[in-house]
Amino acid sequence: MQEVKAHALLTNEVGLHARPSVKLTQLAKRFAATVEVAIRADGPWTDAKSPVKIMRVKAAKGETLFMRANGSDAQAAVTALVDLVNRKFEEE
Amino acid sequence: MQRRLVGRAASSGLAVGPALLLRAPETSKRKHGTVAEERAALADAVAGARDAVASLASELVGDAADMIAFQLALLEDDALTVSAYAKIEAGVAADVAWLSAMQEEIAGYETAEDEYFRARAADLADIRDRVLRRLFGLQQADLPEGAIVVARDLPPSTFLGIDWSRGGGIALGDGSPTSHVAMLARSRGVPMVVGLGREVEKLAGTVLVDGEIGSVMIDPDSEAVSMARDASERLARRKASAVEWQCEPAVTVDGVAIAVLVNVSGAADIAGLPAAACDGIGLARTEFLTANLLRDEDAQYRTYAELVRWAEGSPVTIRTLDAGGDKPIPGYTVDGESNPFLGLRGLRLSLRHPDIFRIQLRALARAAARGPLKIMLPMVTHPAEFEAAHEHLRAVLAELAESRAAFAEPSFGMMVEVPAAALAAQDFAAGFFSIGTNDLTQYATAAARDGAEVADYADVLHPGVLAMIAHVVRAGRDKGIEVSVCGDAAGDARSIPALLAVGVRSLSVAPGLLPMVKQTIRELDLARLTERA
Repeated sequence: MQEVKAHALLTNEVGLHARPSVKLTQLAKRFAATVEVAIRADGPWTDAKSPVKIMRVKAAKGETLFMRANGSDAQAAVTALVDLVNRKFEEE
Repeated sequence: MQRRLVGRAASSGLAVGPALLLRAPETSKRKHGTVAEERAALADAVAGARDAVASLASELVGDAADMIAFQLALLEDDALTVSAYAKIEAGVAADVAWLSAMQEEIAGYETAEDEYFRARAADLADIRDRVLRRLFGLQQADLPEGAIVVARDLPPSTFLGIDWSRGGGIALGDGSPTSHVAMLARSRGVPMVVGLGREVEKLAGTVLVDGEIGSVMIDPDSEAVSMARDASERLARRKASAVEWQCEPAVTVDGVAIAVLVNVSGAADIAGLPAAACDGIGLARTEFLTANLLRDEDAQYRTYAELVRWAEGSPVTIRTLDAGGDKPIPGYTVDGESNPFLGLRGLRLSLRHPDIFRIQLRALARAAARGPLKIMLPMVTHPAEFEAAHEHLRAVLAELAESRAAFAEPSFGMMVEVPAAALAAQDFAAGFFSIGTNDLTQYATAAARDGAEVADYADVLHPGVLAMIAHVVRAGRDKGIEVSVCGDAAGDARSIPALLAVGVRSLSVAPGLLPMVKQTIRELDLARLTERA
């Protein structure tokens, strides 16, 4: 199994807030790989498929969201997540 | 017998109907079963709440749908219930376990630095109550047509579960016009009044909710209803026309121009407001803008510079950190004071934290290079304190002069809110005065701002309070410095004539009140007011 890592800057106005969190977790759940996020390169890591846990991270605008995935479709998962963040969660 | 309760308008319009009291679910009791029974009870309640939310989600569109989708996502997530089940395994009843687990989760939101996250605490509370209501077997009240929902506070889910197409209104004892449910009520056009106090729980029979003036009438007769309806329509028209004219100056009937500025707590306050509608920012409250940035000079600088940019050349008055009182900042303010409003707050705290104070002064002096910026000190009591603060500013300006940073010397003034300072205003070497009528009134009348029982005593129109304001105006005039009012009185149509009559010529108000304040001024004849005074 390979681990894939990436990061993206949260530029949408509200950060990883209610709606963006729901979108992020819904997207992560489409992949078989374990997907985790963090607001520091060295963690702590949070399950990207749990909206309750994602909201506890309280990632605000201007913070970097680090992502890592493990599993057969890890690369696709990370690419999709980075894309969602870069598109500002389609909010703006 | 007709009676009236006065609160705050939260959603405009008028509704008349039977009062229906909704009680908070926490007050009920249920029997405690075995661990297995309690586990099953919670599982059932969560599943029931989840299904109800899912069916609600499919019926909604727009913001309401997004909000419910968020609640649904949380209810579908096992992580939400892990801690509650752990408590049940330890022998705790399902309702107690769920309540305490959710309170912990909610506390995490409430202590967030970011206001967007803090605001989500209401959604968590909503989820908490949905599940609790199921645990206690309480059903959603089936409301009679056009019922006036009466409660201490109203969770968004209860609001969303009611069919408002048949009319109705809301009367709340607590609550706030900026709450989530107030936003929903405005978007659905449901009249709503908040902050009516404890009396609200005794409401019964026919009541009239007036969301224009913010009051509730009990047992109104048909004449009272039609009068209220006419008045409400007139007020709605006045508001609409006031908004249309908001960019025009506020000049009294007899030609006296009054400066009207806005009070700002966060960038969201002025979103959508054209800078041309006001004469600048009269009070920016940095305890909300920069509470989590106390040691971050660059981030503070960016925040202040953004306000200066927004104002397009009009003056921006920024108050240095006014923590303490009802605004604690963990690790900065003093815990456990027996009377925080009479304790270490505002400038008193800043002078005890000179490192943090100087960081803010540096950021402010740098932002002053971008446009007219004024620094205002809160809670000043002695001229010596003002001088000590000025000394810090001078030191900061000397440091900046040695560095390569762009900066300018801001006007340095003070808020007048301590009665002793008001009566000694002439002794302060301030660049301007801004009268904080909320605190000045509570200190001068010995009546707490947040005490519902003494609310009537805390009246800015008390002749003693007005005499203090008049004294500050005279002292300012003698010194040739500007005097403005930035408390709630500045935005209150009832108080504005008295303030202008004692010589105030500059008011700073909540952005939402700006159009009506300007309109109120345009209808005043100052010469006649002062004749009477």
